[in-house]
Amino acid sequence: MTTLPEHLQKELEEHFKKFKPNEKQKQEITKRIETLYEDAKIAPGEAIGIITAESFGEPSTQMTISSFHFAGVAEMNVTVGLVRLIEVFDARKKPSTPQMKLPLKAKYSKTSEMVKEVSMKIKETKLGDITEEISINVAKGSIEIILDKKKMRDTDIKLSHILTRLKESFKTLTLKELKDSISLKGKDEIKLSELYKLKEKAKTIHIAGLKGITQVLPIKDDDGYVIHTAGSNIEDALAMEEVDKSKITSNDVFEIAKVLGIEAARKAIINESLKVIKDQGLDIDIRHIIFLADVMTRGGVIKGVTRTGITGEKESVLARASFETPMKHIINATLIGERDDLNSVVENVIINQPVPLGTGLPGLVMKSNKK
Amino acid sequence: MEEQEKFNISEHFLVPKHVKLTEEEKETILKTFNISLNQLPQILANDPAIQDLHLQQGDVIKILRKSSTVGETIFYRMVI
Repeated sequence: MTTLPEHLQKELEEHFKKFKPNEKQKQEITKRIETLYEDAKIAPGEAIGIITAESFGEPSTQMTISSFHFAGVAEMNVTVGLVRLIEVFDARKKPSTPQMKLPLKAKYSKTSEMVKEVSMKIKETKLGDITEEISINVAKGSIEIILDKKKMRDTDIKLSHILTRLKESFKTLTLKELKDSISLKGKDEIKLSELYKLKEKAKTIHIAGLKGITQVLPIKDDDGYVIHTAGSNIEDALAMEEVDKSKITSNDVFEIAKVLGIEAARKAIINESLKVIKDQGLDIDIRHIIFLADVMTRGGVIKGVTRTGITGEKESVLARASFETPMKHIINATLIGERDDLNSVVENVIINQPVPLGTGLPGLVMKSNKK
Repeated sequence: MEEQEKFNISEHFLVPKHVKLTEEEKETILKTFNISLNQLPQILANDPAIQDLHLQQGDVIKILRKSSTVGETIFYRMVI
């Protein structure tokens, strides 16, 4: 039986169909390819970590240093290049430009009007967005909210909905509906400075849409409409009927880990870094990225390649100290009486001993019962 | 937001299949790799992808990943 992976077998069969070798030739070809494949496998003791580091290090010197406005995705600012790559590998809790891609189901994207309607539903609307003015009435000691009827019609928000949201947010205040405004008043007199704070808070009250989505941009591609968003909120997006839930993507790796699990996050790390590398026109073998993503998600949570992440978990004091903040590590190790068994690479380099890699890995074993 | 039928996250394209291993399978794996249970990669017990499997600490799950390099690969994680 062949040991080749599926896609190589398929490729091989295609070539067989094309060149039509006889059975004996087929066997010989398969055997040779199998040998080549086995030879290409990494041997035990190979220093894959350092190979990965070098494979990332060299091309990343050629990456764009700064983020800039991306021409293809109209008006949406995206962090790209080295900055984004560092963001992914350092496992920053929030990406600097969170984004989601929400593919729409076919029945909700027949016309561009329908798509626009869905986009409006996705975009977060705050009270400040649908009001003409929020002002403080000093004489009455109240806040007056004048609603923008046109914007309310555009976003399809009802007055009653705003009122309930206001009631939920300001439990201590009494609401009064006036002719074309809403007045908020406290039971007792409120100080002016307090009133000002309340007014600022009122502006940011979440009325409709998905929290955190500041921009929406429907884009038509081969399979239908995809809504690109600035801001990420997978959990709420999964509750939306119009969205094709199985294909939602986000560039917020931590959010993916929270909502979809660690395995999905691993895949997302791979996809995100691959995207950066491809965008920059560079070529890093995917196995390096997979390896790095595996290491980052090993413990069930995402850990970055930082002194607080996977590097900080190294067993050896010297190895940790050689990465960042050496004095801190050495002093701490001294205080708690840490022990270094010198089992790994860096510490052995430091003390000038053979590293346990490649031919340095196996130890000598002597059979003592033979003379 | 109103309560709609909950989306099963295993249908999401990023989520691979998670399978619980029996005790015997667990032993076999530890033997084949010649490792102890703690050396396996881990997964949190409250990970959203394994909520339907009713797992306990120390269980091992098998993950069937789709890989672009070798088709399908098998990965193991211990529940912590």
